[in-house]
Amino acid sequence: MSERSEFDVLVVGGGPAGIAAACCAAEATPRVAIVDDNPALGGQIWRDEPAPSTSQSAIWYQRLARLPVQIIAGTRAFAQAGPHILVAESEDGVCELAFRKLILATGARERFLPFPGWTLPNVMGAGGLQALARSGLTMRGKKIVVAGTGPLLLAAAAHLRQSGAEICLIAEQASRRHLIVFSVRLVCHSSKLQDALALRRELAGVPYLTSCWPAAAQGKEKLESVMLRRGAKTWSVDCDYLACGFHLVPNTELAALLGCGVEQGRVRVDDLQQTTVPDVHCAGEPTGIGGLELSLVEGQIAGHAAAGAPDAARGLFAKRKGLRRFAAGMDRAFALRPQLRSLPQADTLVCRCEDVPLGRLREHSSWRAAKLLTRCGMGPCQGRVCAPAVEFLLGWNVESVRPPVFPVRVESLTTTVTGAPPTLS
Amino acid sequence: MVIIGAGIIGAACARECALAGLRVAVVEADFVGGGATAAGMGHIVVMDDSEPQFALTRYSQQLWRELASELPADVEYMACGTIWVAADEQEMQEVRRKHDFYGARRVPTEILDPRALYEAEPHLRPGLVGALLVPEDLVIYAPCAARFLLRQAQARNCDLHMGTVKGIREDGVVLQDGSVLQAGTVVNAAGTWAKELTPGLEMRPRKGHLVITDRYPGFVRHQLVELGYLKSAHTLTAESFAFNVQPRITGQLLIGSSRQFGVEETSVDNHIIAGMLARACQYLPELSRMSAIRCWTGFRAATPDKLPVIGKCPGHEHLYLATGHEGLGITTSLGTARLLLDQLLNRAPAIPLEPYLPGRVMETAHA
Ligand SMILES: Cc1cc2nc3c(=O)[nH]c(=O)nc-3n(C[C@H](O)[C@H](O)[C@H](O)COP(=O)(O)OP(=O)(O)OC[C@H]3O[C@@H](n4cnc5c(N)ncnc54)[C@H](O)[C@@H]3O)c2cc1C
Ligand SMILES: Cc1cc2nc3c(=O)[nH]c(=O)nc-3n(C[C@H](O)[C@H](O)[C@H](O)COP(=O)(O)OP(=O)(O)OC[C@H]3O[C@@H](n4cnc5c(N)ncnc54)[C@H](O)[C@@H]3O)c2cc1C
Repeated sequence: MSERSEFDVLVVGGGPAGIAAACCAAEATPRVAIVDDNPALGGQIWRDEPAPSTSQSAIWYQRLARLPVQIIAGTRAFAQAGPHILVAESEDGVCELAFRKLILATGARERFLPFPGWTLPNVMGAGGLQALARSGLTMRGKKIVVAGTGPLLLAAAAHLRQSGAEICLIAEQASRRHLIVFSVRLVCHSSKLQDALALRRELAGVPYLTSCWPAAAQGKEKLESVMLRRGAKTWSVDCDYLACGFHLVPNTELAALLGCGVEQGRVRVDDLQQTTVPDVHCAGEPTGIGGLELSLVEGQIAGHAAAGAPDAARGLFAKRKGLRRFAAGMDRAFALRPQLRSLPQADTLVCRCEDVPLGRLREHSSWRAAKLLTRCGMGPCQGRVCAPAVEFLLGWNVESVRPPVFPVRVESLTTTVTGAPPTLS
Repeated sequence: MVIIGAGIIGAACARECALAGLRVAVVEADFVGGGATAAGMGHIVVMDDSEPQFALTRYSQQLWRELASELPADVEYMACGTIWVAADEQEMQEVRRKHDFYGARRVPTEILDPRALYEAEPHLRPGLVGALLVPEDLVIYAPCAARFLLRQAQARNCDLHMGTVKGIREDGVVLQDGSVLQAGTVVNAAGTWAKELTPGLEMRPRKGHLVITDRYPGFVRHQLVELGYLKSAHTLTAESFAFNVQPRITGQLLIGSSRQFGVEETSVDNHIIAGMLARACQYLPELSRMSAIRCWTGFRAATPDKLPVIGKCPGHEHLYLATGHEGLGITTSLGTARLLLDQLLNRAPAIPLEPYLPGRVMETAHA
C-alpha cells in the first residue's frame, strides 16, 4: 500500500523556480514540500554547481534551509490519483502526495533536431555533455564543436572550456542581424549584460559563427568530424564531440495530464501564475522559455499566490513584465530558421527509440497516425525527444498525454489507489 | 459499393470485395486503423464460448495463416501460440474440456503438465497446475495489418476517401460536406460508431485498458491467458480484469485486459489499471519490477450475444452491416469479409452465416 502525505503547498520540480516558489510559500504557510526526481535540488542549472557559497544559488539555498520545507528527492510525480492528489515513484516505492495548492515547476529539456549522423556516438546534447563533464567525464584536450541555437550554447561552451576542452568553434543558426537586435535588449538588463560579458571573456578566441549549422556528423564507429554549413559554403571540422542543442522545450506533460490548458507548447497561466485548473500554479520554463531570472520571479509569484498572499505576488509583476519582454526577444532572436527543416534526409532517423526515419513519417497525415503506423514516439522516451523535432519538421500537433508521464515500474501502477487495493474478480 | 470505416473490418471487406472485382470506395473519418483497431491487442485466437464464435474465429485464423507469407514486416506476424493457464483443479477441468472441444474440431492443442508449463514459460509463478497450449494462435500488429489489407484493395479496385459519413441513403452515402458518394451497396463497418448511422442496432461500447512495457526479449514466449478469463469475459456487468500478457516482436510486453460497460470517457482509469496489473503480477511476479511506458484505452463494440453482425440490414435492400466484433474483431476480420462477400455474390459460405445475421440485434426487428 502506498504512503500518503498531505501538504498545503506542493511544488513539483526543485530547480530555481521550484526553490523560489517553496521559499515564498513556506514563509506564509506551514506545510510545504518540494518533490524532485533528482537526488539533489537545483534543477538543470544549480544542481551540480561546484561552489554555491559564492553565487546567487547560495542565497536561495540558505533561505530554503531556514524554512521547514520538506524535500522529497529522488521522487518523480507521474500521475494523478484523484483530485488534489499526485502519485510519485522513488527507488523505495510509490507515495501519494495530497495538496491544497500545487505549483508545477517542471523545467525544460533540450530540443534536438535530426541531421545525418546525429545518432553517432559522441554527438551529444550541449547541456547533456556539460552535465557529463560536471559528473567527471574528462574533457581535457578534447576537441569539441558546439552547434545549434540559443544562449545555452555559450554557457555550455564556456563550461566545457573551463573543464579543459578545446572549443573548435560555436555554430549558431540564428543570423547576426537577429542577434544584434537581441543584444540591444541585453544592454537594458544589467545583470544579463554582465553574464554575457563574462561569457564572452571566458570564450575569448573561440570562433562564434552566426547563420551556421551542422549539416552532418561524420565518422565510422563514432563521431570523427562535423560538416558545417554557412550560406552556400560547407566544410568539415575534425572533433571528438559535437555538443548540439536547438534551444529548449518546456516540460508541459504533467500539467497537460492534470488538464491544464497548454497553448503553443506552453502552460497557460494568469497574472498569479495560476493555470486554467483551480489550485494548480505553474512557474518557470513550462510557461515559456525565459531563463533563470524569470524562473525565479515566476516561482516567487506562484509561491506567494499559492500561500494566499497575492499582494506580495503583485509586487513582483513589474519585474516579471520586463523579464518576459526579454524572453520574447530571445524567442525571436533564436527562432529556428525554415532551412533547418531540410537538415534530415529521408533516411535520417527521427525517432531513436524505434529507429523511424523521416521518410516513413512523411507518408502520414498526423502525429497519431504516424505513431501508430510507424511506432515513432512509442519507445521508452515516449516522444520526449522526437516529438518537438517532428512538430518543427512537419508542423504536426504532437500533444498526447496519458499516465504515466514517465516510465514507471509496473508495481507502482498497482498501488496507486487510495484506500483499499482493488478487488479482483 | 461504399464501405464506411477503414478499421480492420472495413479494410478486410474492401480487400475481399476489390479482389473479387467489385468497385469499392472506402470512407474514413480519421485514418486507416485509427479506431478500435489501434487499441486492440492483435491476438488472433480461436475461442469457444459458442459454436458460431468458434466457427468464425477458426475460419478467420486459417485465413490469416494463409496470408502470412504476404504480410509485410510491420504487421509483426508472430506465430507464438496461446497458453491457457490453469491455477486450480477446476480450471484444469476446463483445460481438458477445451482440449476435447478443439480436438473434435481438428484444432491442434496440447495439455501441459506443470513441468512442461514451466519449461515453456519459466517466469510464471510457482503452484500452477497445468495449461493448454494452442500452437496455431498468433499475434499481429493490427493498425499496420489494416493498412496492408486496404493497400491490397487499393492496388485492385478501391479508392479511399478521407471524410465523415453523415447519413446513409438509398443511393449511397452523404458526407459531412454535403457531397454524396453514390453506390448500389453500402457497408456500415464503422465499429462502435456504426449505431450512429444505423439506429436500432443493439450494441454497447465495452471499454478496455492496456499497458505496454519497455523491452524484455524472451521473458514471455506465448500469449498467456488465465482460464479465469472465461469467468470474467462472460460477466456482462460492471468491470472485470483478467491476466492476459502478450509478447511483442520488439520484446515489449502488452498487458491486458479489462472490460467495463457504462463508461464513455476515453481517459485512463487508475483503478482499473491497478486491478489489471495486480492480476498480471500474481501470475508473473517479476513483471512488477519492469518498466511500464504507456497506458491506453479502447472500446469494443459488444452485442448482447457477443457475436458480430454481418449481413443485410433488415428493411434495407442495399445496406449491409459488418460490426459488433467485441474483443475479437482483429481475429475475425478476414472471416467477416468472406461471409460478407458470400452474401453479396450469393455464394455458399464456408461456415453457416445465420448466427451472425443482423436481424437478431435490431431493436426494430424485436418490436
Ligand atoms: C540541459 C539544460 C542545460 C542548461 N544549462 C544552462 C546553463 O548552463 N546556464 C543557464 O543559464 N541556463 C541553463 N539552462 C536553462 C535553465 O535550466 C533554466 O533557465 C532554469 O534552470 C529554469 O529553472 P526551472 O526551475 O524552471 O527548471 P529546472 O531547473 O529545469 O528544474 C525543474 C526540475 O523539476 C524536475 N522535475 C520535472 N518533472 C518532474 C516530476 N514530474 N516529478 C519530479 N520532479 C520533476 C526536474 O528534474 C528538474 O530538477 C539549461 C537547461 C537545460 C534543459
Ligand atoms: C482493449 C482491447 C483489446 C482488444 N484485443 C483484441 C485481440 O487481442 N484480438 C482481437 O481479435 N480483437 C481485439 N480487440 C477487438 C478489436 O480491436 C476490434 O474488434 C476491431 O478493431 C474492430 O474493428 P472495426 O474495423 O470494426 O472498428 P474500428 O477499428 O473502430 O474502425 C471503425 C472505423 O470507422 C471510422 N468511422 C466511424 N464513423 C465514421 C463515419 N461516420 N464516417 C467515416 N468513418 C467513420 C472510424 O474512424 C474507424 O477508423 C480488442 C479491443 C480492445 C478495445
